Amino acid sequence: MKSSASTREMRRLYRTMVTIRGFETLAGELFAAGKIPGFIHLSIGQEASSVGVCSVLRPDDYIVTTHRGHGHVIAKGGNLKKMIAELVGRKTGYCKGKGGSMHIADFSLGILGANGVVGGGFPIAIGAGLSIKLRRTNQVVVCFFGDGASNRGTFHEAMNMASIWKLPILFVCENNCYASTTPTTYACSAADIAARAAGYNIPGVTVDGNDLLAVHEAAGQAVERARRGEGPTLLENKTYRRRGHFEGDPQKYRTQAEVAEWEKKDPLLRFASILKKKKLLTGEMEKEIRKQVDDELTEAVAFAEQSEWPAPEEALEDMFVNP
Amino acid sequence: MTERILNCAAAVCEALTEEMARDEAIFIIGEDLVAHGGIFGQFKGLPERFPGRVIDSPISESCIVGAGLGAALTGMRPFVDMHFADFVTCAMDEIVNQTAKIRYMFGGQVKVPLVIWAPDGAGLSAAAHHSQSLESWFVHAPGLKVVVPSEPADVKGLLKAAIRSDDPVIFFQHKKLFAREGPVPEGEHIVPLGRAAVKRPGSSATILTYGSGFYMSMEAAHELAGMGIDAEVIDLRTLKPLDFETIAASIQKTNRAVVVHEACLSGGFGAEVSARINSELFDYLDAPVLRVAARDVPMPFSPRLENFVLPKIEDVVNAVRAVTYRQR
Repeated sequence: MKSSASTREMRRLYRTMVTIRGFETLAGELFAAGKIPGFIHLSIGQEASSVGVCSVLRPDDYIVTTHRGHGHVIAKGGNLKKMIAELVGRKTGYCKGKGGSMHIADFSLGILGANGVVGGGFPIAIGAGLSIKLRRTNQVVVCFFGDGASNRGTFHEAMNMASIWKLPILFVCENNCYASTTPTTYACSAADIAARAAGYNIPGVTVDGNDLLAVHEAAGQAVERARRGEGPTLLENKTYRRRGHFEGDPQKYRTQAEVAEWEKKDPLLRFASILKKKKLLTGEMEKEIRKQVDDELTEAVAFAEQSEWPAPEEALEDMFVNP
Repeated sequence: MTERILNCAAAVCEALTEEMARDEAIFIIGEDLVAHGGIFGQFKGLPERFPGRVIDSPISESCIVGAGLGAALTGMRPFVDMHFADFVTCAMDEIVNQTAKIRYMFGGQVKVPLVIWAPDGAGLSAAAHHSQSLESWFVHAPGLKVVVPSEPADVKGLLKAAIRSDDPVIFFQHKKLFAREGPVPEGEHIVPLGRAAVKRPGSSATILTYGSGFYMSMEAAHELAGMGIDAEVIDLRTLKPLDFETIAASIQKTNRAVVVHEACLSGGFGAEVSARINSELFDYLDAPVLRVAARDVPMPFSPRLENFVLPKIEDVVNAVRAVTYRQR
């Protein structure tokens, strides 16, 4: 992002991070108010990873996301109204109220779906990558996953398969220090998950996942490599999950001091200060961006709340194309 | 359409050859496909005829099935070979949590045109890891269509229908039946999913069966005819969606039913069929519905043990005699 044309682009990336933060904060509030059934997993603190990675993708590229996937969907261009409507279970939601927070997809944007199973996305990403090869397009697939998923067998099957077939896949590990309640330092055999890439003969790159520009740069190189037909990359974005595993999580497994420490490394503050130093962002602009995002979110909530509930019988629809 | 005699393995190959020639989106993925033509030689000639479209995979069942799914979501029509049906257990998340649910969970946004082909069944002394009949597990997972053909013509016709289906199909085919021969129509021969076939009309009792149970039932019906009992044999062919109309029409005529399958008894598909007959056709029944199935043990290795565990023609004969009150 060195050209002059990228000024607007950088502001747009900042705005997307603000949108994700706003969306997640709002989702937390809606959940606390009893308006979201089930449970939700927020990605506050991980915005630089979602936005940095998706900033290098084309609209026709695919992403496979996780149960903590709101940020990925927004960064890939997801519709806020349909997202909120899905979270509150209305028929205007992305999945007509059949998926909820953990199962948002938008096939028109290449978002092949969030997954409620940790590590469930790896094999699907392999299939999308194989399909790209067979169809001879030069799309790429991004497979987002967490540190916990890197301990599942599907991770290892997928790394091997993507490597032997040189599939155009960027595996993005969002190492947010905890798999549910289990610290990564306890559950992972090596300090860097990216080190596992060596065992599969693919590049493994670890970056500061709270640094938008670092993520953007590393993801850009990996995506270019994939488009050139040189195969997959494993990118590990070291970041932190500021909220509990799910909303309402008592979080007995960590200290307030630790959370406060990471708050100082906030990806939004960090990028804003870079932009301000470069004189690409002013306090006024920042306020304006926040206001625009708030308005959009208010509108999305109004849309969702005014939307109809699905009729009970709709539970029987959409299973098969030809029942 | 002329008919020739083919075996079931050749019927699989012919269905795939015709479909792959028709539609470039179809490809095959699995283990030991290219050099070997499939572990049972069922894909012989396909790798040469369709280079790059028969793909050898590492031994990674989760990723094999998941790759089929991911490819199906992005415009392809994959045919996934499970090697042995027993190995579906290594890919249960991909089959049950992902493939079966994705269309529904995402509100009907996408089609999942995926065939999971699973050679199943016992009788080859292959012991407990290579001999199971697991169809009823998948009947219990909403979102999958479950097919279990018996005769070669149905193998071809149902496989072509499964490949053309926009919904995921798990296609079980009995290993021991690969060599079974029968007339198979040439060219375009489609057997729609979800339709049973009356393979032997009769009036005394209805035998409801599929897969290897079909041959057992036909031989039993032949023996029963010698005893003056005229059994009707219905090959269910697709377990889900189930053609209950054909079942009902037969039972309204014969008033008696026996369900025959190779899978073990408890929780088997026979329990489902029997329950539906009891709840929907009770007034037509002159006897309780009986089930013929394997014993509830993992499949043993030694032929004497395996034979003891598996259902036999004589079990079918006895069950039909019982529902027709010819035997206590």
